[in-house]
Amino acid sequence: MEAIEKIKEQVVAAVPGAQIEIIPSTPAAQQPALLVDREHCFAVAKFLKEDPRFQMDCCSCVTGVDYLASGFIEVVYHLYSMALKQGPVILKVRAPRELGQCSVPSLTPLWRGGEFQEREAYDLYGVKFEGHPDLRRILMWDEFTDHPMRKDYTPPLDYEWEPTAHDETLARARAQEGIVPPSALVEADKAKKK
Amino acid sequence: MIQPLTEEQRFQLVPGPEGLIETQQLAVSIGPQHPSTHGVFRMDCVLDGEVVVKLRPVMGYLHRNHEQLAEKMAWLGSMPYTDRLDYLNSMANNWAYALAVEKLAGIKVPERAEYIRVIMAELTRLLNHASVIGFMLQDLGAWGTPLLYAFREREKILDLFECVSGSRMMCNYFRFGGLRVDMDEKALGMARDVVAKFPKFLDEFEQLLTENEVVLARCQKVGILPKELAINGSITGPMARASGVEYDVRKVDKYGVYGRFDFRVPVGAVGDVYDRYMIRVLEMREAIKILQQALRDIPAGPHVAPEVKVRNFKVPEGDGYARTESPKGELGFYLVSDKTGKQPYRYHVRPPSFINLTTLEDMCLGHKVADVVIILGSVDIVLGEVDR
Amino acid sequence: MALDEGLKSELQKHGVFIVPFEELYNWSRKSSIWPLQFGLACCAIEMIAAAAARYDLARFGAEVFRATPRQADLMIVAGTVTKKMAPNVVRLWNQMPEPKYCIAMGACAISGGPFKDGYNVLKGIDRYVPVDVHIPGCPPRPEALIHAIMTLQRKIAGQHLETGAKPRWYDCAATTEFPMPAYGAHDLEPPANREIWQPDRNYKGVTIDEARELLKG
Repeated sequence: MEAIEKIKEQVVAAVPGAQIEIIPSTPAAQQPALLVDREHCFAVAKFLKEDPRFQMDCCSCVTGVDYLASGFIEVVYHLYSMALKQGPVILKVRAPRELGQCSVPSLTPLWRGGEFQEREAYDLYGVKFEGHPDLRRILMWDEFTDHPMRKDYTPPLDYEWEPTAHDETLARARAQEGIVPPSALVEADKAKKK
Repeated sequence: MIQPLTEEQRFQLVPGPEGLIETQQLAVSIGPQHPSTHGVFRMDCVLDGEVVVKLRPVMGYLHRNHEQLAEKMAWLGSMPYTDRLDYLNSMANNWAYALAVEKLAGIKVPERAEYIRVIMAELTRLLNHASVIGFMLQDLGAWGTPLLYAFREREKILDLFECVSGSRMMCNYFRFGGLRVDMDEKALGMARDVVAKFPKFLDEFEQLLTENEVVLARCQKVGILPKELAINGSITGPMARASGVEYDVRKVDKYGVYGRFDFRVPVGAVGDVYDRYMIRVLEMREAIKILQQALRDIPAGPHVAPEVKVRNFKVPEGDGYARTESPKGELGFYLVSDKTGKQPYRYHVRPPSFINLTTLEDMCLGHKVADVVIILGSVDIVLGEVDR
Repeated sequence: MALDEGLKSELQKHGVFIVPFEELYNWSRKSSIWPLQFGLACCAIEMIAAAAARYDLARFGAEVFRATPRQADLMIVAGTVTKKMAPNVVRLWNQMPEPKYCIAMGACAISGGPFKDGYNVLKGIDRYVPVDVHIPGCPPRPEALIHAIMTLQRKIAGQHLETGAKPRWYDCAATTEFPMPAYGAHDLEPPANREIWQPDRNYKGVTIDEARELLKG
């Protein structure tokens, strides 16, 4: 596989107007990624799939990552070439976190393999994929409204009585009405004895 | 929920022997509790008589938010959880995760550990392929006999796993930089014993099944997956190789010490259920070859890299993806490490069973509903991996 | 009713066997328990291994794993019950005819297990379905499942028809159909069935309602 700078040059030459940035991985992994803007990511992916030097015919892995501190959700695509046995070429696309604006173009029309994985990113992160043939929830039930893998999601408190709850769960249990942690009982006992 | 059929779909007029006959399509939900869905998996089918007109898989009945749990724990803390992903092959999942973290952090694994890892992975492949064929034959109606034969062999391999790692199924044996404990001479002897007796079992298995006329009649030309669709749908593993895609991660990436072993990769021609069965049998024979070579050449040495810390293990900032050839397909882990480096910021599993289900509808259209069960059996899914 | 053992053995020597009706009835029921084929996750593989040739569950009468709940009398909940699956589990339980028993196999079915901290994990099937035997382990060995079947057999043998508390299935007034939870926007509704599942007592033996009273006064 060629160096990432050369790949970037070829992509920029083929898709005019695309803004591409190289994001390094850990120094040991040697897997830098190409950050593409939303408007051109479909054209970049199409070029990588059809160009005879790359022939990226397999979209192996689609992941959503929630960068809460930076304010965006990133979708990462790992592309491999089964014909030329090379890869991976990693594409990253970013979308803002607000639910109304969180959408990226879908690459399922190019690679059928992304169908279920993009549905999973929609289900768990709330990213809408425009152009996806069948965007529905896949892992949670249809009536569910939250997007559970986001970093600011709080799950429902259904521990009820949990004698070993500590730290964050204990604090939430105290805040919820009717749940009494054991330490409060010990204090109530002491208060009664006095 | 199954959508109710429209009037047009339900009632159709088809020509019959004496004028037009009114026919009706039937919406059937197969699962999630069903003897042959290999776990809690549901398929919403629309049938025209017995022929499948539409099929939609529904999953998520075993979604145990494994990825969210891993984001709350230290790097090593999610090693036992990877056992429970594809719960038939715990060692293979362990290896994929250990490989991903070693790639991110740049850890080198000593030779002996690499050889033992290969031995464990190939034994897991034997175990998995035998069990899968057993389950598929169970779906065909061979009420338990191949399954019991396969489980008999599985028990011998599980005894070895228990001797080495302490547990039959959830082994939790791999560590970053090597293994938890070394394999002593007794365990190596057990492994040699298993490998010596396995070809005889395979011959017996093949004698029962390969030229069995029921298997031939029901499995050939059923569930054909064309090669282009397999590549485009990111299908990997024995299912893709049966369709003619010559791709095995062990040969392409040569992770571990796989570059040293001499083995072939069987590739099918037609891509039907029978091809997938034959590919698995041939892969078992190749796995025995690899095991014989590994058990012959295994060197002495440490079983874990000594410089890797167990407590306060930190990974530099960045992300990375590593993959292995698990018995079901390409199992990969995408890990993102943030500045603190003490736990994964994002932990994602690329599950082969989940992605291999993408083309389930294409394979089943036009077949009878009894064939759907066999096609699902040949895809080889494990719900722990599909739903994570 | 306890028969005189001396009388029993005396009669046996002459080839006459006397047994209380209850004992005969319970013996026949406990020796032919038919489980429902209901594996959810990893524990299901150990359940299949228990039914396979090495650990042979058929010796205990549990040979035939029925696929349909209408013909089964034991539901072995083997594996994690997720909230998406929970209504289906309760529906299957309702479809089983009495007398029916439930074994919660593995840590996940007892209380959520290693996945307890999960938004989609039901923290124990005993929130909706009454459980007779719990098997700890992750996964429990096949021998542990056999031990659980033997414990259940002892429990069945001890169920009295004439005297004492009637078992649920013999009592016309008791309910055998349990309400199914519905999928809500954030969680199942209701999160637990209060009639079956009372929250545990804490380390001082106090229940949550008693604790509320304590804190008030």
